[in-house]
Amino acid sequence: MIAILKRELSSYFRSATAYVVMGVYFFFSGLFFYLYCFRGNSSNLSYVYANMFYIIMFIIPIITMKTFSEEKRQKTDQALLTSPTGLTEIVLGKFLGAFLLFALCSVIFLVYAVVISFFAQPQWSVILCTFVGLMLLGSAFIAINVFISSLTESMIVAAVAGMAIGLLVDMMTYFINAINVDWITAVLEKINFINYYQNFTYGVLSPVDIVFFLSVTALFLFFTVRVLEKRRWS
Amino acid sequence: MVEVTSLTKRYGSVTAVDDISFKADSGEILGFLGPNGAGKSTTMNIITGYISSTSGTVKVDGYDILSEPKQAKMKIGYLPEIPPLYIDMTVRRYLDFMFDLKRVKLPKKEHVEEVMRLVHITDKGDRIIKNLSKGYKQRVGFAQALLGNPPVLILDEPTVGLDPKQIIEIRSLIRSLGKKHTVIFSSHVLSEVSEICDRVIVIAGGKIVADAKTDELAATLSGNLKLSLLIEGTPSTVITELKKIPDVTGVRKERESGDNVCKYTVDYNKGADIRRDVFSAMARVSCPILEMQSGNESLEDMFLRLTKEKGGKKK
Repeated sequence: MIAILKRELSSYFRSATAYVVMGVYFFFSGLFFYLYCFRGNSSNLSYVYANMFYIIMFIIPIITMKTFSEEKRQKTDQALLTSPTGLTEIVLGKFLGAFLLFALCSVIFLVYAVVISFFAQPQWSVILCTFVGLMLLGSAFIAINVFISSLTESMIVAAVAGMAIGLLVDMMTYFINAINVDWITAVLEKINFINYYQNFTYGVLSPVDIVFFLSVTALFLFFTVRVLEKRRWS
Repeated sequence: MVEVTSLTKRYGSVTAVDDISFKADSGEILGFLGPNGAGKSTTMNIITGYISSTSGTVKVDGYDILSEPKQAKMKIGYLPEIPPLYIDMTVRRYLDFMFDLKRVKLPKKEHVEEVMRLVHITDKGDRIIKNLSKGYKQRVGFAQALLGNPPVLILDEPTVGLDPKQIIEIRSLIRSLGKKHTVIFSSHVLSEVSEICDRVIVIAGGKIVADAKTDELAATLSGNLKLSLLIEGTPSTVITELKKIPDVTGVRKERESGDNVCKYTVDYNKGADIRRDVFSAMARVSCPILEMQSGNESLEDMFLRLTKEKGGKKK
């Protein structure tokens, strides 16, 4: 697992991926920060966080698109799957690699909070709580996108599909409003990421939300392992 | 060391590997021979645990690849047809990664250097794999398979795409490795297999069509003997005269090569030697023999015959 994780991270930083992702992430978060906090004269970071949802939606598929699709295309999966390292460890290593890059990007929020602290008293509890929420949301998205990457040999397909899923998740609230069938809206309500994410931005750290994101992460990582397993048997 | 028992792999209605059984002992170099698409790679992929079999078992040093994959995989070094290289890494970094991935328990630095020395890539250690030539990439793949000194080496067409000098080097490397390891190596080049291997398994259409010691293979399987001739003279005369020689079973005109000069292939019975008779027959009709080559059915011909005869009928 550590070997895979190290390789993933070195591959991000040895190629342009890590720098482009960080650049885009910092630029947009900085832009939102400037618009909401400086222009809007506010010490509340929650708008910035809320808007980061869109950026994450596009950034995460870019981070994860290569994870398994490229291995399959370059046939390097033969080295992974014939090594004594188990499938679960391989998947976890890849997931953690992507997650660490994402976490590294998100540290910028703490910088913003520190910047605010020079001008006003930031609500540290809310900021940290939202940060935890962002990490959890990110991990769920990363797990979903790693899973998508394991389904295809083309990283472009993986990225586009991942972004589409992200958009759907984002538009869930509109669907819920548009659909009149009770049981469908009830189901959608339960899987609406934004419902769970929002609580964090209000500074509410509830077990339900935490468990939701952790379950989504675990579920899709488990699916990924199954996909790899199934490929051996087909 | 490697024990394969009635291995079968089906993809839907296509049977890629059909009831293959064989054993490779330690210190043996086993050649896997077959045309493209015969099931060589599939078999190797099953032995190494990359894909699973539909039925049958594979045991590596007593460990079943399905029920004890970790232990079995520790015993194997695998070089697939396309070397599994992370082309964005340097050679040394890649080998370090593979070292960790394979959970080798030897001193890391020394071992990686030793393996690099063995395949002569020490001076390429800091190059990015992407920029290496095909031959060097193949060697890096080789190095990766050697990490951890696994007792079993499985090499899928290790010499394809290399230049003649590299081929010779890789062959001698395989031969030297065969002293300590069990080597299973596949190829569709017969001369290569007969040169390196102690034993050859010929597969075609997913089945084993021959399994013999290399030197016995030719003796047990060869059919009629052949003589190829380059003779100057009227083809009809030459053919009639040649046919008169006892033990000759057939004469074929292969091609004209110049003015009144033709190439002929003469089939004759086993045990006979017709060269002197051919000489005197041609002398009688004053058709000079420009070239004479006693071509016992070559391994290539035999291979083609074997794979055509027995492999053609796929289920």
